[in-house]
Amino acid sequence: MSTLFKDRPVWAERPSLPARAAKNTTLAAIALVILFPLYVVILTSLSPASAVNSAGGLVLVPRGISFQAYADLFGGGVVTRAVLVSLGVTAVGTLVSLVATVLAAYGLSQPGSLWHRPLLFAVLLTFLFAPGMIPLYLLVSNVGLIDSYWSLILPTAVNAFNLVVMRAFFMNLPGEIGDSARVDGAGEWTILTRLVLPMSKGVTAVIALFYAVGYWNAFFNAILYINDNAKWPLQLVLRQYVQQGQQLSSSSVIGDAVQGTASAPNLAIQMAIVVVALVPVTFIYPLVQKHFTKGVIIGAVKG
Amino acid sequence: MTERTTGVAHPGTTPGTETAQAPSPAPASRRRGGRGRPPGGSARRDRRPGSGPPFLAKLRRDWQLLLMTLPAIGLLAVFHYTPTLGNIIAFQEYNPWDGVLGSPWVGLAQFERLFTDPRFWSAVGNTLLIAAVQLVFFFPIPIALAILLDSVMTPRLRLVLQSIVYMPHFFSWVLVVTLFQQILGGAGLFSQMLRQNGYAPLEIMSNPDAFLFVVTSQMVWKDAGWGTIIFLAALAAVNQNLYESAAVDGAGRWRRMWHITLPGLRPVIILLLILKLGDILNVGFEQFYLQRDAFGANVSEVLDTFIYHQTLVTGNFSAGAVAGLVKGVVGLVLILVANKLAHKMGENGIYRRS
Repeated sequence: MSTLFKDRPVWAERPSLPARAAKNTTLAAIALVILFPLYVVILTSLSPASAVNSAGGLVLVPRGISFQAYADLFGGGVVTRAVLVSLGVTAVGTLVSLVATVLAAYGLSQPGSLWHRPLLFAVLLTFLFAPGMIPLYLLVSNVGLIDSYWSLILPTAVNAFNLVVMRAFFMNLPGEIGDSARVDGAGEWTILTRLVLPMSKGVTAVIALFYAVGYWNAFFNAILYINDNAKWPLQLVLRQYVQQGQQLSSSSVIGDAVQGTASAPNLAIQMAIVVVALVPVTFIYPLVQKHFTKGVIIGAVKG
Repeated sequence: MTERTTGVAHPGTTPGTETAQAPSPAPASRRRGGRGRPPGGSARRDRRPGSGPPFLAKLRRDWQLLLMTLPAIGLLAVFHYTPTLGNIIAFQEYNPWDGVLGSPWVGLAQFERLFTDPRFWSAVGNTLLIAAVQLVFFFPIPIALAILLDSVMTPRLRLVLQSIVYMPHFFSWVLVVTLFQQILGGAGLFSQMLRQNGYAPLEIMSNPDAFLFVVTSQMVWKDAGWGTIIFLAALAAVNQNLYESAAVDGAGRWRRMWHITLPGLRPVIILLLILKLGDILNVGFEQFYLQRDAFGANVSEVLDTFIYHQTLVTGNFSAGAVAGLVKGVVGLVLILVANKLAHKMGENGIYRRS
């Protein structure tokens, strides 16, 4: 018992048995509500046809295992292409976003530098007013990015919140190191890459995660800017073949949007698409979880 | 000139405050101007005319920093500021062939058309209703969940629980809506079990009366866990000695929560409530777009989906732009009001006057 509750302060009484039971039940219920859908989806995607048929739908109890659904998905069809598109957009997009954000965050982190106030103001002003969907669409269209993968990256490449979070972190680093490096003749690029970034691994990882998740999950941009089915990222495929596919086969829903999707795909394949969409983010975020607070909360940001 | 102070958060999350991280101003040695100028010169003094190095000297000193800001500033200029100017088509009868310069000007006719469109007011009503329901039924949950998680004493268990509750935040809306359909939909798991046992399948994923319940549940499932981060940070900042003294004085668990924990969270709660006011028109796009067909536009059309369907489905760009402009301007006013309110209550808001 003492090892299990080693952090309980001496003055805190141990909760009564019913209180503990209630708390543990609540926590278990919360975990269950989150994990149960994932369990069902993953299990169904790995079930052989016989198990799906005998369950009459989603599989609750494992009866055999089959990777056929994944083999079908990655056999070079629509999903394979969509996964490659999403991976590519995520990789390139995260790189572009991270480089632009880190550079600007550092460039604006030196109080008293030339024009840093108006430039920072220009960044902060973007919080107050969004340009609106239609003018942005027209701009993307006018610069010829419709049906270009860059339309999934450039309009959302710089997130002002991430920039300000990162700048605040840089400003809270001890400045003496940079100063002494400058005295030794180091340029700003050297100071950023050799001194500042190694001290900021945590916050950089969190911001990179936020950008990567944003690109991987991007749906809205693709709906607006990508008309060519061959260029669809994974989220659009997920919508078309799983979300809308399900509406089609549902007895109670006859939506007007489902006419295009003629035959409902195999349930295991559908669930495998869901798994492919959720697996990357699920495995990456716990790696940087302990730094989340850094990426979410800004201490003090001085203009 | 406004100065960003505290309480900025990643979009889509609840904003933070200084409670979590002690605000420490950059050390004086950090300030620029040490080179070529007497030490101790502050950033502020740089701006005063007549003092500090001349422009060219500063440019020679800072050109690398300026160059570094260029990519981000350039992207914002092209993809934020240029389209902001593009809102001018709200005063036109825009058509893509003639462009912004050639399209006829119609004054306020688009506004008139918008304000007399019942579908617009329906979208406004739905947006406000969803925001209100979120405020009442979503907002308290991260607070309660944070207090619950904070009471878990075993570090490993706590870490695992935090991992679990954060997870759905990283799922896309398509994924969340799909999961809800698979479990609760008419062809989903529960309906399938009900049907096999001779009952009627569930209809909540397509029943307009259940819409608010369903979308709020989805929001809670996706983001309530993520919302605890800010409250957990605030809880960690509460002075533990207070608890100890209270316990020594005989205050029980609930009294300690009431008199120490909740007052400790109060500034964060107030700040988040106020910020929520400024964000009331932004209930999101994807969640409603994805379920518009299932529930019907009557209940699920929000401002953003209205703008989308106005334009990109009908091809009437000016009609969408005018709705977007109205939303943007009202949103701007709300943010300013919310901050005024924050200042009145002694909080920092998202910016403060310097």
